[in-house]
Amino acid sequence: MRTLIIAEHDGQHLNEQVARAVTAAQQWQQPVDILVAAAQPDTLAAQAAAIQGVSNVLVASDAALQHPTAEHLAEIIVPLAANYTVVLAAHSAFSKNVLPRVAALLDVNMISDVLQIVSANTYVRGIYAGNVLATVQSSDSKQVLTVRGSKFAAAAKDGAAAEIKSVATPAAPAGSRWVTEAFNKSKRPPLAAAKVVVSGGRALGSAEAFAEVLAPLADKLHAAIGASRAAVDAGYAPNDLQVGQTGVVVAPELYIAVGISGAIQHAYGMKDSKVVVAINQDPEAQIFKIADYGLVADLFEAVPQLTAAL
Amino acid sequence: MKALVAIKRVVDYNIQVRVKADGSDVDIEGVKMGVNPFDENAIEEAIRLKEKGIVSEIVAVTIGSAANQDILRHALAMGADRAMLVETQETLHSLGVAKVLKAVVEREQPTLILLGKQAIDDDAGQTGQMLAALLKLPQATYASQITIEGSQATVVREIDGGTETLAISLPAVITADLRLNEPRYVKLPNLMMARKKPLENVPLDSLNVSLTHNVQQLNVATPPARPAGVMVKDVNELLSKLRTHEGIIA
Repeated sequence: MRTLIIAEHDGQHLNEQVARAVTAAQQWQQPVDILVAAAQPDTLAAQAAAIQGVSNVLVASDAALQHPTAEHLAEIIVPLAANYTVVLAAHSAFSKNVLPRVAALLDVNMISDVLQIVSANTYVRGIYAGNVLATVQSSDSKQVLTVRGSKFAAAAKDGAAAEIKSVATPAAPAGSRWVTEAFNKSKRPPLAAAKVVVSGGRALGSAEAFAEVLAPLADKLHAAIGASRAAVDAGYAPNDLQVGQTGVVVAPELYIAVGISGAIQHAYGMKDSKVVVAINQDPEAQIFKIADYGLVADLFEAVPQLTAAL
Repeated sequence: MKALVAIKRVVDYNIQVRVKADGSDVDIEGVKMGVNPFDENAIEEAIRLKEKGIVSEIVAVTIGSAANQDILRHALAMGADRAMLVETQETLHSLGVAKVLKAVVEREQPTLILLGKQAIDDDAGQTGQMLAALLKLPQATYASQITIEGSQATVVREIDGGTETLAISLPAVITADLRLNEPRYVKLPNLMMARKKPLENVPLDSLNVSLTHNVQQLNVATPPARPAGVMVKDVNELLSKLRTHEGIIA
């Protein structure tokens, strides 16, 4: 049998997590196919076909897939699943919207945000904001799961040529229609994929402080900017920058937490970072327990100093 | 229109749970429990829609042992009109919960079905989407804004990098994100009044739902702690430490 990966993309580029999902998929030691569902799939299909370890790229093409709904994607994926024992995707707002719908239509359970694949039906995943690791086993006939991209290396994209095949594309179901989207424009790298993340907490005190204190440091480090939930709730940063249990999970080479207390919900989103730096005025802050380097200081002095010294 | 809000009783979000010594499960004996925070946003939204005259009746439902009555009373105190406990001692995963909720929806025939986007205990985030699938209804997950006009809901959803707006026809399933609203505090008089509101116990068996138990939790463990770090005295020392890591800063 075979493994099917559902590719996430922005219409032009495959999400870099797809190559990580391919690595995860190799654990089943069976052919791995990628589904690219898009309005103009040719470039995307070529990108998918170049990922090492991919057998076939299945292409679903329909104008409505410019902005696909979960309902439409599920209609495309479910009939394909007959040929697959494993359906997986990298964990993201995209996949966690679609795959539970697919799993339910297949009448199987789904395993979310898998950190480690122990065997063909046994997985380790975080529960309670990652404070506990649970090993779970699914005896369902099909395994449907999302995997944490940062836990799997990206497969090489060295021009290995998978076969590209068209698949039947049912029309988008009535009842759900895309209206608009609003992306927070930024020249910075995407938060989930950045090598360096500079995150701010409530102690920043204002959106202006994010722009005037954090942004220059992020510029120097070519870093993405993140935020704690407290900072987002206070309106200092847009919600898509939230790092944590209910926001984005990051695992950069360097994570600099500025004025963040380090609640367990925040730690969930960043504790796999390679090196963690915490700058906080409160020596008792929880963040120091998970930081490699802690500096007790006024962030409004220390951060500009750090920026100037880089 | 009738709104059904499905809620879950979970360990309070401030509590760091511990693993039992034998690693079989987490130890939540005697731990403070409450409504899952995202489910509270779902209840609040239903109440606000009722205050706007869009929703006429709010039914809160949960699944579990009799202990779950406390969160239903909380929902009633916030402003739900009646509550239903589907009573069972079984442990259900998301698919099982969705199947039970499907039976409840078929009985209650709500126009709007609201849930939290994820429970903070198992962090699966599947139930709403699965329920929508089983009911063959539209879904809008991670809602930060809901506008209802006639038989259509316009929902702003939080996605990676920004927001997306969907128009879905009702009935539909919508899952709440934290920024949908700020749930109201429950005052003591509300709790007293909630005792007079109807709370129905429905044995799970009476719903004739066929459930499988294909997911087993084999064991749980505490993740390895990050090794202890060091405190530095100033920015210069911080920089010199960071420079010991190959290539991490220029």
